[in-house]
Amino acid sequence: MLRYSIKRLLQSLVTLFVVVSFVFLLMRLLPVEGYFGDRYQKMSEGEIEAGLQKMGLLDPWYVQLGHFYGKLIKGDLGTSYVYRKDVAITKIIRPRIPYSVSLGLAAVALSMVLGLTLGVQMARHKGKGWDKFGTVYIVLIQAVPLAVYLLFIQLYGSNLFKLPLLFDKHRFISWILPAVSMSLGGIGYYAMWMRRYMVDELNKDYIKLARAKGMSSKSIMVKHVLRNAYVPMAQYLPATILATIAGSIYIESLYSVPGMGGLLVDVIQRQDNSMVQALVLIFSSVGIIGLFLGDLLMALVDPRIKLVKSEGAR
Amino acid sequence: MDTGNAPSAQSDGLDPSLFEQAEFDPNAGERSGYSNYSYWRSTFRMFLKRKSALFFLIILVAILAFTFIQPLLPGQKSPTTIYQDPATSMQYRNVEPGHEFWFGTNSIGQDLWARIWSGTRTSLLLGLTVGIAEMLIGITFGALWGYVRGLDRPMTEIYNVLDNIPTTILLMLLAYIMRPSFKTMVIAMCSVGWLGLARFVRNQIVIIRDREYNLASRCIGTPTRRIILKNLLPYLVSVIMLQTALSIPGTIGWEVFLTYIGLGLPVNIPSLGNLVNEGRLIMMSPDLRYQLIFPTTVLSVITISFYVLGNAFSDASDPRNHV
Repeated sequence: MLRYSIKRLLQSLVTLFVVVSFVFLLMRLLPVEGYFGDRYQKMSEGEIEAGLQKMGLLDPWYVQLGHFYGKLIKGDLGTSYVYRKDVAITKIIRPRIPYSVSLGLAAVALSMVLGLTLGVQMARHKGKGWDKFGTVYIVLIQAVPLAVYLLFIQLYGSNLFKLPLLFDKHRFISWILPAVSMSLGGIGYYAMWMRRYMVDELNKDYIKLARAKGMSSKSIMVKHVLRNAYVPMAQYLPATILATIAGSIYIESLYSVPGMGGLLVDVIQRQDNSMVQALVLIFSSVGIIGLFLGDLLMALVDPRIKLVKSEGAR
Repeated sequence: MDTGNAPSAQSDGLDPSLFEQAEFDPNAGERSGYSNYSYWRSTFRMFLKRKSALFFLIILVAILAFTFIQPLLPGQKSPTTIYQDPATSMQYRNVEPGHEFWFGTNSIGQDLWARIWSGTRTSLLLGLTVGIAEMLIGITFGALWGYVRGLDRPMTEIYNVLDNIPTTILLMLLAYIMRPSFKTMVIAMCSVGWLGLARFVRNQIVIIRDREYNLASRCIGTPTRRIILKNLLPYLVSVIMLQTALSIPGTIGWEVFLTYIGLGLPVNIPSLGNLVNEGRLIMMSPDLRYQLIFPTTVLSVITISFYVLGNAFSDASDPRNHV
């Protein structure tokens, strides 16, 4: 287990390095006006040249990359040019992290609990009411663009349930709509997977044996079927985290959550290159960390992974 | 005892004419079994059996046809002209749906009915362009990745890097780097969309690459190109169709999302993304909500149709489901 974790960690670090470098180099193509903000229109060609020179943006790419990593090790992501001029980016971002993280975790937890419950219900009542309801839900959630249905949830959800339209960190009730919105896609994903898994699993021999032994269906469910579902559940966790990141960017912006996703939309609209760069790198890293944790979790719940690895090492 | 056989058969009530002796035909053993199975015919038969699929197919074809017929109909308004009241020469701002403007007008006096169909045209064109481009890129890369062993390692590494960046982030970044335009959208969405299809194609090809019939083909010197096109790709029709059909509603959805962020098509081009965004800005006043509801309804009908059709077609084109 330890050996596997270390190997996987090193692998993730290499991926992280490659992805960060790749994205950083892609960023060298950003439109130049994003480094100056409103002043750009009034500046002469020479001034722009001098400004870029001063920021080190005319250096060869490997020099820029070296500088970037040098600063990154010291925990410096650069300064903002437009959004809040000359303020360190880490200082702008740090107070926003807790909101994004807690909303994201709430959404992942919600989608797991509700999605798995829905999936179990669908499989138990196959072809009947629950199953039909679940199927329609999954089709709607996957086919209708998220940018559309989330808009209607904000619009009518706030009316119908008397919930606040915008996020307010001091009122718990205003957390409900964003968190639920963020979990809807994951619910559909988990429900779909859980239903398929249960339907397959219930036809297997070991379940028939358990039934022949006289176990009640409830304890078959709990002791056999759901226990075996841990592994694939862990397997889908990273995908859920990635999907939640995608949703959070839109949802945080819709509900004015003071998190990082909303900030990314903000700085793209106001064309602040250094902020865009920092946030994109953060979000990409979160994706890699999510995949890493998912794999670790899988090794933890699935004994077969350890077995294969130790045999291979011998 | 000797004569007992023939009468006993009769006493069983069997008709002796059933037991006619057959002629010996030396060619009969050479004849092979004949089946009138045709892949595409079976696919379509399976497809048409699904009532829901047929329903959405009719809707989708009707919408597709109508987007192209609509500008040719008499009495249609232009999607980009700002209409003014001839009496007061004021713009027709936010006119409710009615006789003159079927779906009403928007906040600067453009006809929403015309704009919705023009926008649907733009969005469908975008979806189809991206879908087809992704299909071509995905198949090419996936087939090479799966079939050519030497490419497996480097391509897997490239895939791992790209797959680790959240799609949304990569898409936003690409759209931000290039200027907002139709071309930008196509390039940005193609560069993130082909990955998934390439992986599906690669996995399938790795599975069937070394089956006996492919080994035989290789032994008699069939060129790689022909093996991929004739031996392998027919197996993948169902996966490829599903991915392509799903990429069209996906593209339409991304367009709405990018427009929201401010990286969509320029505002002077009517597209479903621009219409939804215009509707969103005024959604807080209940009287004007029709400007959000009309475009989103059309958009949802289109995306749901593609989704259901893609899934139905993928089920139908899987030969294991053919009876």
